[in-house]
Amino acid sequence: MMGPNIVWYLCVSAFLFTTGAAGVLIRRSPLIILLSLEIMLNGANLALIAFSRYHGTGDGQIFALTVMAVAAAEVVVGLGLIVAMARRRLELDVDKLRTLRG
Amino acid sequence: MDVGNVLVWIVWILAAFACLGSGIAVISFSNPFYSALSLIANLASLAVLYLLLSAEFVAAAQVLVYAGAVMVMFLFVIAYLGGRADTPWAGGPSWQALAAVAAAGAIFVEVIVVIGLKTGGRLTHAPTTDYFSGSPYDIGQLFLTDHLLAFEITSIVLLVAAVGGVILGSHARELPGAEG
Repeated sequence: MMGPNIVWYLCVSAFLFTTGAAGVLIRRSPLIILLSLEIMLNGANLALIAFSRYHGTGDGQIFALTVMAVAAAEVVVGLGLIVAMARRRLELDVDKLRTLRG
Repeated sequence: MDVGNVLVWIVWILAAFACLGSGIAVISFSNPFYSALSLIANLASLAVLYLLLSAEFVAAAQVLVYAGAVMVMFLFVIAYLGGRADTPWAGGPSWQALAAVAAAGAIFVEVIVVIGLKTGGRLTHAPTTDYFSGSPYDIGQLFLTDHLLAFEITSIVLLVAAVGGVILGSHARELPGAEG
């Protein structure tokens, strides 16, 4: 394999996942939380594809494509929820949505 | 080191740092429009990394599906919300933010330690000589033979999400107290 070892790809993947987790924990806007979730999913995808290359099989790439489809579905539902919140004039702040005592 | 290897390293370093920088930019902009644009840059640089791992079809799907379709949907919603989507920084670092950064740093250190210690030298040798080209032909063949169940379940997941999106969008109008 030309270029960097698989360990370097895994480090980038871990950093991406951590960045997304920090974004989910810090930010209060549901939009930014969805964007951070996308970063976490992409970090996992990078690890899957790196291992797929390492083992020389295509299973990791298949799973990465499946993860992409699930991420698209999650974005559809999440954005639908955000638009519904905006239509009901609720404040777009996850800390203030306390009806379920979350 | 031959020239090709050095070239791959240079491309990798550029893509990796673009990826990390835009990832941090996503969670630090207060305007969600800039965050979404940073996420597009993040996805594009990830596609370069996928290409270096010889996953051509996944890289193309990443750019088309994510950076194309999904992010356009995000931008539409951000434009629909207008100024309401902005979340100004809540006056200095709160203890919640500090704790969140500490927790995220702990996760990162744990993962790196596991990669470094538990795998030992096992991951440092060259990958197997088997070579899977991530061409659409090979991906399609795997999807329709070994992973047919995953393929079908993906279609059902997308259908359910589409139905859920329509219901969420149409129901909000009938709720009491809703305007528009």
